[in-house]
Amino acid sequence: MNMLLRFEDVTLRRGGRMLFESLDLELAPGEALHVGGANGTGKSSLIRLAAGLLRQEHGKVERARLVLADDALALDRELPLGRALGFWSKDTDDAMSSLGIAHLAPVPVRFLSSGQQQRATLARVASSDASLWLLDEPLNALDADGANRLGELIARHLAGGGAVLAASHQALPGNWRRLELGR
Amino acid sequence: MMRDLIARDVRRGLTGSAWLPLAFFLLVATLMPFAIGPDAKLLSRVGAGALWIAALTAALLPIERLIEPDRADGVLDQLALHGVAEESAAIAKIVAHWLTFAPLLLIAAVPAAALLAMDGAALARAEMALAVGTPGLASLAVAVAAVTAGLPRAGALAGLLLLPLAVPLLIFGAAASGDGGSGALLLEAAISLLLTSGAPFVAGAAIRAART
Repeated sequence: MNMLLRFEDVTLRRGGRMLFESLDLELAPGEALHVGGANGTGKSSLIRLAAGLLRQEHGKVERARLVLADDALALDRELPLGRALGFWSKDTDDAMSSLGIAHLAPVPVRFLSSGQQQRATLARVASSDASLWLLDEPLNALDADGANRLGELIARHLAGGGAVLAASHQALPGNWRRLELGR
Repeated sequence: MMRDLIARDVRRGLTGSAWLPLAFFLLVATLMPFAIGPDAKLLSRVGAGALWIAALTAALLPIERLIEPDRADGVLDQLALHGVAEESAAIAKIVAHWLTFAPLLLIAAVPAAALLAMDGAALARAEMALAVGTPGLASLAVAVAAVTAGLPRAGALAGLLLLPLAVPLLIFGAAASGDGGSGALLLEAAISLLLTSGAPFVAGAAIRAART
């Protein structure tokens, strides 16, 4: 089967500190992997390495087309949310309504609460047509309704042959394979 | 994506503080008669050089908003994930910065030339030299902005980096503004071209190196 993400014997070192060594990891279509571990064990670094924003010290990483949601909003604060999201993707209406922020489309991004910003980040992910989703702490600032909506989106993405790699210290909604870092 | 990025940066530049470097440019040009004295002959002789100094210092002002906000907000990361190479992003930023900086500077040079008692022919030479030099200046600004992005006291550091690197541009730009027949304009064009072609690679490497 064609893997969407594959780590082969990967070693990552940040600032002189070894975060993980000889890590093997495969993500097939329809699979969801939850990376857990205490603060500072390299969850976010693993996500950024999977995205290709960091370089591994050793080993091989192969990745399909992907989309990343991390703590950086990457939306222009002065624009209305609809237009700001439109910079990254042409069709954002479905994604916005499935996250319950369709009514916020005319509101400038700088007025959004942190929970609404998190939903906007996830809407950017959901409106992309990439098959691999990388989510770094996707539950941050989300309320129960937001977490439910995220769970539904992930389930739909997995059913459509996508894959999700999420890093979080919280339990995530749905069925996940687990990978614990820092042990 | 490149066209969207250029349009976005131009919009942000114009709705942001595009007038600020210009006001600064005019202010520096205004200071010259106060510093040198109102002697029109002397002023018109140093006028071209004064215009260039004003342009260089004005080019420093927007440096902190060229790269750093997009780096801090993850826009550069997202662009990379959308398949835009860092070098391409840098080219888009150079084009957008030039579009928001150079035309306004060329307009502001007209009142500035009047303040410095430059005649029509001198103004035309200065405009030509500024038009040729501003792409190099914009490229240098984006490259320096990328190199200093995320560093503490980046603004001051950017000034220390940019001004020495702009000296060749200043020498030939001011010479071309002063004397049209000297061939300085060609040398200025060569340096401007060199800066414009090198800056995207410097900025791209700096953006990649700044990732943590």
